[in-house]
Amino acid sequence: MPAMLRTLAQKLGMMAHGFHGGVHPHERKLTAGMPIEDCPLAPLYIVPLKQHIGEACTPLVAVGDKVLRGQKIARAEGYVSVPLHAPTSGTVVKIEEHPVVHPSGMSMPCVFIEADGLDEEDHSLERMTNWRDLDAAVLRERVRMCGIAGLGGAVFPTFIKLVQDKKNPIQTLVLNGIECEPYLTNDHQMMLEQAEEVLQGMAIIMHMVGAESGIIAIEDNKSDAARVMRQALAENSELAHVHVAVLPTRYPQGSEKQLIYSLTGKEVPAGKLPLHVGVICQNVGTAKAIRDAVLLGKPLTERLVTVSGDAMPRPANLRVRLGLTLRYVFAQRGLEDFENIQILHGGPMMGERLRIPDVPVIKSSIGLLAMHQDTVMQAHPAEQPCIRCGHCSQACPAALVPNLMADHCRNEQFDKAEAYNLFDCIECGACSYVCPSNIPLVQYFRYGKGQIAQLRREHDFAEASRQRFDARDARLAREKAEKAARRSRVRKELAPAPDKDTTTKVEKSTNDKAEES
Amino acid sequence: MSLAISSPHAHGGDTIRMTMLTVIIALLPAAMVSVYLFGWLAVFLIVACMLSCLLTEAVCLRMMGRPLKTLLDNSAALTGLFLALTLPASIPWWMAVLGSVFAIVLGKQVYGGLGYNLFNPALSARVILLISFPLGMTSWLIPMHVGPSALNMYDFSAALAFFLHGPEALKLGLDAITMASPLGHVKTEWTQGIGVAEALNSYHYSYLDAFLGREAGSIGETSALALLIGGIYLLARHTITWHIPFAYIGTVLLLAAVFSVISPEHYSPPMFHLFAGGLILCAFFMATDPVSSPVTPLGQIVFGIGCGVLTWAIRTFGGYPEGAMFAVVLMNCAVPLIDHYCRPRAYGHGGS
Repeated sequence: MPAMLRTLAQKLGMMAHGFHGGVHPHERKLTAGMPIEDCPLAPLYIVPLKQHIGEACTPLVAVGDKVLRGQKIARAEGYVSVPLHAPTSGTVVKIEEHPVVHPSGMSMPCVFIEADGLDEEDHSLERMTNWRDLDAAVLRERVRMCGIAGLGGAVFPTFIKLVQDKKNPIQTLVLNGIECEPYLTNDHQMMLEQAEEVLQGMAIIMHMVGAESGIIAIEDNKSDAARVMRQALAENSELAHVHVAVLPTRYPQGSEKQLIYSLTGKEVPAGKLPLHVGVICQNVGTAKAIRDAVLLGKPLTERLVTVSGDAMPRPANLRVRLGLTLRYVFAQRGLEDFENIQILHGGPMMGERLRIPDVPVIKSSIGLLAMHQDTVMQAHPAEQPCIRCGHCSQACPAALVPNLMADHCRNEQFDKAEAYNLFDCIECGACSYVCPSNIPLVQYFRYGKGQIAQLRREHDFAEASRQRFDARDARLAREKAEKAARRSRVRKELAPAPDKDTTTKVEKSTNDKAEES
Repeated sequence: MSLAISSPHAHGGDTIRMTMLTVIIALLPAAMVSVYLFGWLAVFLIVACMLSCLLTEAVCLRMMGRPLKTLLDNSAALTGLFLALTLPASIPWWMAVLGSVFAIVLGKQVYGGLGYNLFNPALSARVILLISFPLGMTSWLIPMHVGPSALNMYDFSAALAFFLHGPEALKLGLDAITMASPLGHVKTEWTQGIGVAEALNSYHYSYLDAFLGREAGSIGETSALALLIGGIYLLARHTITWHIPFAYIGTVLLLAAVFSVISPEHYSPPMFHLFAGGLILCAFFMATDPVSSPVTPLGQIVFGIGCGVLTWAIRTFGGYPEGAMFAVVLMNCAVPLIDHYCRPRAYGHGGS
């Protein structure tokens, strides 16, 4: 009965369609409909050795080496990793630490390439035009080797998701063209201009994972993209079981789990992957990159970037080579003075604030926003007490209770925070966005998650030490027992032993003394 | 410049100040009706309560070393308005001021200020006043346009004299200017063995008058219409959700309906309950006070049902004719527990 009531309340509290909660921030898609332009090439490229989720790469080149565009310059380390490629042809001038995209402004080893201006390509990878006849494993290796990671911003190595699992066969490929963050329009523009290529990528992915059907998910603020994709689908005989789904615009619709629920009504169980409900999601940009890798043999060396923001003189959708600095890219669009400007890497809802523009564009650079300092600061005035209005719960796409969870994080009651499903928080920021008290809820959740991870590490360490100690104790006890047994055996053999009891006693006391000394 | 601030870098623009202001605006129709019915006395009462709440808050903030600009969050002003609307027009000024001090000090600041109070400040102050001054808190002036009264509340000087010095100043006997509230009347008649229907008859009770507010009662509680307009405004602005008011009123209606069908002589009919006393004010404004109500949707429903059961039970079986404020304050105690057990099912955790 309580369970039923609970479900009923939840059903009634939910919006009529789609995932729980969500918000509708001002869209501010300044660059909607602006054709993709190429960002001019520059004399210097800086390639950070870690651009994806997982292990950093190890450089394969040395200072002075000549490289071609698309040539592998760093190899993947470990399973969750993909290699890196030279964004243009030129010479490796140094490999050293340089600030990278990170709110703290931290540095990381980078490969510096001085361009020779020829932009010569490496053609060593053959074109797999016969991909339909190729084994999924071969294509998967191609995707890995071309350095492709989720270009929607999460940069998880894509090849890992492209598996055929007997236990969890994938029925549906969801192509994510939601782009629900304010300002961002690069996926939108890609669907408008490169629908054909995106569909080719989609066909390749469906072949690789054995998906029977596909859904192209687009929000209703991009109806032109939906029209173009439908048209392209109509002209494509191969993708018969693919359709375009237009969803009502709501943030964070583009989040994988929320999108799957909106489209299929299925929930990905906590701690599981979408493939457990027979679905995989790929961003439209990733599909296009996979297509380029397979059909053209081109590794990932560039991406589409929305260069925008309320302080941007000439916003644009740019095709940018990885490794160009933000300062250079902004300068191409008329922004050179960064006084009172806050740079955001990504969208305003989930992006990072950067302290300096001298960091290179990486695989996760979906958008580069130049915002007036005031605009961003207004979003972070002083925190006021929670008035328990419940707007955060209403906005939470994971159906959590953010204000109570934040209380537990603030009070360092991490077990309680976890009991409130802290780890199901996707950090979308919808709660902070609606909070009338301006409580930085997401920041509390990150703090809580970090602290819990730290406590777990400490606990694991202590546990391992304890086990080691116990093992040592057990070993010493065993050795002692064995020694005693050996001695008594020897004595027994030597002595005729008329009086058994006394011998044993004497033996025991000598033994003890021996151990003590 | 602050460092490494976490996303999001955008904000919807909601503020505590605006939230409180929205509720104040939603109370304006009821406040206007109170002025129509109780003239200058309503104005004095509202002004006295709001000013003394703001002043008390200022003193508290000062003592706690908090910035005085916290006053601008409108919460103290709202508490003052809330309290005024739940008071009878007959009370003397000092009782209103005392109530305001109770509301701010005992209802809110002793817990640590806005956001930390367990009870609705205005309602807890009203409960304290009712228990402390039972007579003063249950003398209902005959409203203007309702019946002949010896007190013309539209007369500024007469009203002021009444407000400052009580009925004695005007040489008025309380009997000449007060009447019973419908709830009080039914309760009194019942204790004398007179059934509900007959009691309503002798009161000349009319549902239309009760709906419009042409009846005795606390200054802001009489008009169901004005309160519903405000309540719908709050719902439309998403300041409150439907859960608490619907569960609360629905429970009272259901209980009243069932019992009045079983024994119409003993139990008042549902519509009487709906329009009487503070039910609508409590359901839309008091029980939905965010700080002292549950945040979870299911919790809000449980809370609303609890308020409904208690309101009906106190009205029907209790010593006091009206139970709404007791019901809300009692349920306030249970909020942390309710929230704990009514957490929504998180995405990906079981379910169908």
